[in-house]
Amino acid sequence: MSGGAWYAWVGVALSTLGFFGFVVHRHLVRRLLAFNIMGSGCFLLLVGLAGDGRAIDPVAQALVLTGIVVAVASTALALVLLRRWYRVSGESVLPEDV
Amino acid sequence: MIGWFDLLLGLTLCTTAVGALASRDLFRAIVLFMVFGLLMALVWVRLEAPDIALAEAAIGAGLTGVLLLDTLGYLRRRYMARPGREEAP
Amino acid sequence: MIRLLGALLACLTVGAALAVAVLWRPLPVEDLPLRVTSRLAEAGAGHAVTAVLLDFRAYDTLLEVAVLLVAVVVAMALREAQPDGPDRMGLANPLLRAVMGWLLPLLLLMAAYLLWAGSSRPGGAFQAGSVLAASGVLLRLAGVGFNWLDNPLRLRAVLVLGLAVFVAVGVSTLIGGRQFLDYPHEIAADLILVIELALTLSIGLALVSLFQLAPPQHTGPHLPDRRRRTRR
Repeated sequence: MSGGAWYAWVGVALSTLGFFGFVVHRHLVRRLLAFNIMGSGCFLLLVGLAGDGRAIDPVAQALVLTGIVVAVASTALALVLLRRWYRVSGESVLPEDV
Repeated sequence: MIGWFDLLLGLTLCTTAVGALASRDLFRAIVLFMVFGLLMALVWVRLEAPDIALAEAAIGAGLTGVLLLDTLGYLRRRYMARPGREEAP
Repeated sequence: MIRLLGALLACLTVGAALAVAVLWRPLPVEDLPLRVTSRLAEAGAGHAVTAVLLDFRAYDTLLEVAVLLVAVVVAMALREAQPDGPDRMGLANPLLRAVMGWLLPLLLLMAAYLLWAGSSRPGGAFQAGSVLAASGVLLRLAGVGFNWLDNPLRLRAVLVLGLAVFVAVGVSTLIGGRQFLDYPHEIAADLILVIELALTLSIGLALVSLFQLAPPQHTGPHLPDRRRRTRR
């Protein structure tokens, strides 16, 4: 097993873990953490598989680089929404979950 | 073949993720998530992707952590300003 | 309990599906790295990742900057009708301020280096932009405001700059009779550097303002009526 394949499997594990956390947790900050871990797993999977036993793939790396910046922007936007929600409702969970 | 360092790094990454997801204290969870971001930067170096490693070290460990901690501080402060709630945020 | 079991089941299903997908993945038909290296001489950047980001797949980057801009616009719209006044948070920490004096020039130098290095070595607009954003967030944590950017028009102008320059270059290549974002070979390197510079500024400011646009920290005069509203 090459290094790329090993990290792809780590990515699979991280995505699964993140998905589990995302479903189980109710607190919105925790859900955001889980979502970010899931995203990191996906990035790892992409680059790991692209670099498995071949030359380093700059296309996959560029895509993941774009993805990381979009991920941080969406996290920041989610936090703005969360603060707004907390301010309006006083809760840090969504009403359907309670 | 994978080296022992890759093996150890992957396992540590998974353990840190479990810690960040399962920790009862939210502050601790966020700090573990920042550690997770730094480890991810190491992984990118191992995968020979220095561009992503640079971005991840600045964003994943720094910016996201600051954003999350800032929000946590906000939630706690608002919670303190509001007596009579039984469940901590 | 049922919820936990259901979550476990769902997560096992997803994990198994991912594992199957990784085990029996189709082999790539095209050798992308080879194609990139064979056409690298035509691109305006010597570093493969930068060439892919800003030349071969410039559309992706263009739309990504647009996504960032949309995120900032949504955050601005969500900001409550509060005066754009000084809602400055500052940790009243003289040590942080003193360290910032040392750290800030280094951070700015590093951002400039990353931007410059992007054409031939690892580095580029995204990394430089995130370092710039990190220094902006640090400044804000130290309680230093950006007086120059308090003017909303200027703020919006810098936010839009990256996308505007990108689209302007794309349209001018169209006017010149080429494809959208297909740079002429002689000035490709300069064009990419100009786009990267604008992108760095916009990305950095977008990330800082996403941090800054969150509803203000201090429980100021807003709180009493909020409380009434939630208890109603």
